Order: sequence, then C-alpha cells, then structure tokens
Amino acid sequence: MTETSDSEEAVSPDPSGQDSIPLMQRVLDNPFLLLVLGIAVPAVFYIIWGIIEITQIPIAD
Amino acid sequence: MSNLVDFRTCPTTGLRVDKSAENLIKANAVAAVVFLSIGGLFGLLVALTRWPAVHFLPADWFYLALTAHGLDVLLVWIIFFEMAVLYFASAILLNSRLAGPRWAWTGFGLMLAGALITNVAVLRGQSSVMFTSYVPMQAEPAFYLGIILFAVGALIGCFVFFGTLVIAKQARTYEGSIPLVTFGALTAAIIAVFTIASGAIILIPTLLWSVGLVSHIDPLVYKTIWWAMGHSSQQINVSAHVAVWYAIAAMVFGAKPLSEKVSRMAFLMYILFLQLASAHHMLVEPGFSPEWKIFNTSYAMYLAVLGSMIHGMTVPGSIEAAQRARGLTKGMFEWLRKAPWGNPAFAGMFMSLVFFGFIGGISGVVMGTEQINLIMHNTLYVPGHFHGTVVAGTTLAFMAITYLLVPLIFRRELMMKKLASWQPYVFGIGVAGISLFMMGAGTLGVSRRHWDMTFADAQLPFDYPSAAYLMMGLNGIFAVLAAIGGLMFIVIVVGSVFFGRRLGQDEKPEYPEVPPQSAAVGHYGSSETLRIPGTVFLVGIFFVAFVLYYFVNWKYLSEVWPLS
Repeated sequence: MTETSDSEEAVSPDPSGQDSIPLMQRVLDNPFLLLVLGIAVPAVFYIIWGIIEITQIPIAD
Repeated sequence: MSNLVDFRTCPTTGLRVDKSAENLIKANAVAAVVFLSIGGLFGLLVALTRWPAVHFLPADWFYLALTAHGLDVLLVWIIFFEMAVLYFASAILLNSRLAGPRWAWTGFGLMLAGALITNVAVLRGQSSVMFTSYVPMQAEPAFYLGIILFAVGALIGCFVFFGTLVIAKQARTYEGSIPLVTFGALTAAIIAVFTIASGAIILIPTLLWSVGLVSHIDPLVYKTIWWAMGHSSQQINVSAHVAVWYAIAAMVFGAKPLSEKVSRMAFLMYILFLQLASAHHMLVEPGFSPEWKIFNTSYAMYLAVLGSMIHGMTVPGSIEAAQRARGLTKGMFEWLRKAPWGNPAFAGMFMSLVFFGFIGGISGVVMGTEQINLIMHNTLYVPGHFHGTVVAGTTLAFMAITYLLVPLIFRRELMMKKLASWQPYVFGIGVAGISLFMMGAGTLGVSRRHWDMTFADAQLPFDYPSAAYLMMGLNGIFAVLAAIGGLMFIVIVVGSVFFGRRLGQDEKPEYPEVPPQSAAVGHYGSSETLRIPGTVFLVGIFFVAFVLYYFVNWKYLSEVWPLS
C-alpha cells in the first residue's frame, strides 16, 4: 500500500491532485464560472443582439 | 459559528440535516402548496369559462382569473417550491449547514409579501393584464412592485444556495464533485439569477412608468426583455424538475446515473442554451432578423433539447440499471412492470418524465421552428405546450417528491395512502388531456387568452370548425379531472403535515417505501452500465413519435399555404 501511494505521489506533480482532475470536470466543479457563463451567453445572444436589432428598425415618419 | 448549528441525522438516508434548512424547506413548501391551491382554483375557473357549453365567468372576471392563474402557478407556486429544492439539494444533500439562514428567511418574507401584494392588486380588478403584462397595458403599481419584491426574495434564496455550496466545499462535507441532484439544482439557480436580473431590467422601469416617473416603455423592448424573464423562469422549472427526477430515482431505487459526466454535460447544455429559447415568443415579430430568430430558437435551442433528450434516456435508464441489478432481468420490461406503481413518488415522477418528453418536449421543438410556428403562434397550442412542460412535467414531479418530503423532512406519516396512490394518475391524466386538447384546438386556430370563441358580439362574424368546440369541451372535462387530482394532493399533503402521526426520532417511514440505498442521492458516482434494452426501446418509440409529429406539422403548413 505504501509503495503504491509513494509512486502515485511521484507521478503527480501537484500534491493536491488538481492536475489529475480533467479540465472539463474542473469547469463543471466551479459554480461561479458556470454562473458567469449562464448569464453571459443568453445576455449576449438573446438580449444584447436582440436590442441591437430593435434599435436598427427605422422610425416611421 | 458552525458549533451553534443544530443538526439531526436522517434515520433513512443517514444524511445530516441542518434544522434551519429543514425549517426553510417546510416554510417554502407550505407557501408553495397554498399558492398552488389558489392558482389551481383560478385555473379551473378559466377552463370552465373556455368550455363553450359552460362559459362560466363574465369577461372582466375571466381576464382577472387568467392573470391570477398565470401569476400564482407559473411563478409563485413553482418558485417557492424551487427554493425548497435549492435548500434540500445544498444543505441536506451535502451534509452542510445552510449559509445565512437569516438571509434565507428575509428572502422568504420578501417572496411572501411580494406574492400577496401582487395577488391583492390583481383581485382589486385594475391589473387584469395577464401574466405577461405587455405594455402599453398598465397595471396598478402594486402589481409590478409585488413581482419585484418576490424576485428579490428569490434572488436572496439563490445566493444562500451558492453560499452553502462554498461552505460545504470548504468544510469538505462531501467527497469529489457535488452529487448530480445538487448539480441540477445549481443549473436551476444559475438560470434563476439570469431570469431575475432580466425581470429587474424591465419591471423596475415599468413600475416607474406606472407611477408616472417614466413617460414611455417601448413595447418591443419590453416584450423582448420580459420574455428573458418569462420563458427563462420556466427553464428554472425544467432544470429543477429534472433534478427531482434524478432524486426520486435515487431515493426510491437507489439508482445511480448511467454516467454522471454525460448527465452533467446535459445540464451544461441547459446553462448555456436553454434560456435562448425565449426567442420563440418573438418569431412573428417583423423587427428581428431571421439570423437572430433561427440562431436562438433552432441552433441553440436544439442543443438544450439534446440535453433534455439525454436526461430523458438516462433517468429511466438509471432506474432500469438499478432494477436489473436487483434481479429483475426477464425480457425487456420486467424492471418496468414490477416497478412500484402504487408509490405516488415513483408514479408521479415517471408520468412527469413521459408527459414532459412526449407532450411538452416535442411540441416545444415544433413551436421553436420558425416556419411551423406560424400556424400556431398565439393560439391555444401555446398554453397546451406549456401545460405539458410546467404542469405535467414540473408540477407533477414536485408533487411526486412531496410524498417523500412529508415523511423525511416534515417527519409525519403520510395519511390517506390509497388516495395518495391514485392521485398522480388522476392529476397526470387530467393535465395530459388539457395539454393535448388545447394543442388540438390551437392547431385548428383557436386563439389563446380569449373569453368568447363564438365571437357572439363581434361585428364581423367568424366560425371555428366544430371540432374546435369538441376540443374545448374535452379540455374542460379534463381540467375538472386535473382539479380533482390537485385537490386530492392538497388534502393528502395538508392533512398529513398537520394531522399525520409524528414519526419518532429514529423511526423510518413505511410509506412511501424509501430503501437504505436511497443514500445514493447524496453521492457522486455512476452505475457504469449501458445494458438498458427496455429504455433503448422506449427511446426509439419517442424518436418515431417525434419525427412523425414534426412531419405532420409541416404537412399542416403546406395546406395552410398552398404553393401550386
């Protein structure tokens, strides 16, 4: 058991084990990053893009 | 600080339960059920008025009842219950204390005050502007103020949820990643923050307009931003009820997701794309480009629909895997035949899953297609669709998990067990009928939000096909059935919470049965099997239904608009 543990530590450059966690899992484990994405994507593609389109409608004479 | 927190240990799941979180769950769930009964009553009045043979309410009361119905069930019942889900999925499932219980109570107080203020404003009769409250229709200032207060309270609840995630991570109350049910609740909370921010952007100026401090609100800007709130609020529901599906699968069967990674990616699809479906409300507006419409309602929305289809396969798949591991391996469907159909938590959850997919899901994709949206936009097809998602999907799922919350959180024995075993079927079949017949009437052109489909006092007469009258009559009959199912739920739950036998400190509830494996609900991990032939067959049926219905609607369009 001890040998296995030692060899694992030798392989992993990061003692906290963060490097061994896949990138996508780290993204999904970060609620505040997800919060930013969940607000930014609809804000840009639905609200901001939509309001830009409305402002480009010509005003009737 | 944490030393002062009062915990108990759940004798069934072994989870540590923060009592302040437990009390908040109780308060939010009770408030939710109260507003469900009020909103449900108004819904019955609306359905009885749209039933041509009954035509119950006069016009002014019809629009008042329709406004109150939309407000109380689409917003108040659902969001109160979602607050209960957020506290359950964070503090309880993560074995953690709740962050800022006083803030959570403040949020609850604001939500309650806001809901009451808006309801009073509607009942006074000067705010019959429908749930959407499109400008230039103007309600009393109290109508907007109440919704804003309610939203601020819900926002506080969301941040209490985020704070609890931080506390649980720092205190290492769970190993690895958060469990899938909590991840689903996180998805709901993220969409809720966007929803509430959008509501604030448009409703605060509208409140100022209603008191005369702002001179003009552009109707198209209002409609665009309002739907960022109005439709996204229903996406909170979708995320929350999918989390509830996973929770019930785990608590009734000890089922683990087929693959946590895949299910979490499906929730990520919701976080990124589900809210863009709001654009389908703008598909007939001439001011937007086809690029904006098609990107939002087709390309982006299809990715969110992919997420729903993944959940639609993995939830029954995880149940099948758990049942097969228990030895129910005969043929394709022994696992399903021998499922606990008398357990209202399972029956409600499974019907919610089927109706949400077959009725709400397929019709949502059809409505999101720009061309075929033209044949049903602003018809009764639209409420038919969202009764399939929000009522047959969300409400039925929330009712189902309530049958588990009563013994596990309220610590009361469920009363009227026989009635409880029938309730999901009565309510579910009633609501499925409402959805299907409204969609049928909408396909025949019957408009939504209209008091009199005979146009009796119109100067230019118009007749709908006689089949539309049949559809509306059937809609009324099934609405009565759904109302009976709703009443059964309220009688069982209120009776059990107030008069049910109190369970002992270490006593495990007997009904609905919750096995020891239910502790899986609080852990990250997959069942790591794809041997689910029954689920694969059911998914095949879903795809065939999807393709056929999609094709039928294009056929309808070709008949409306002949090109020869």
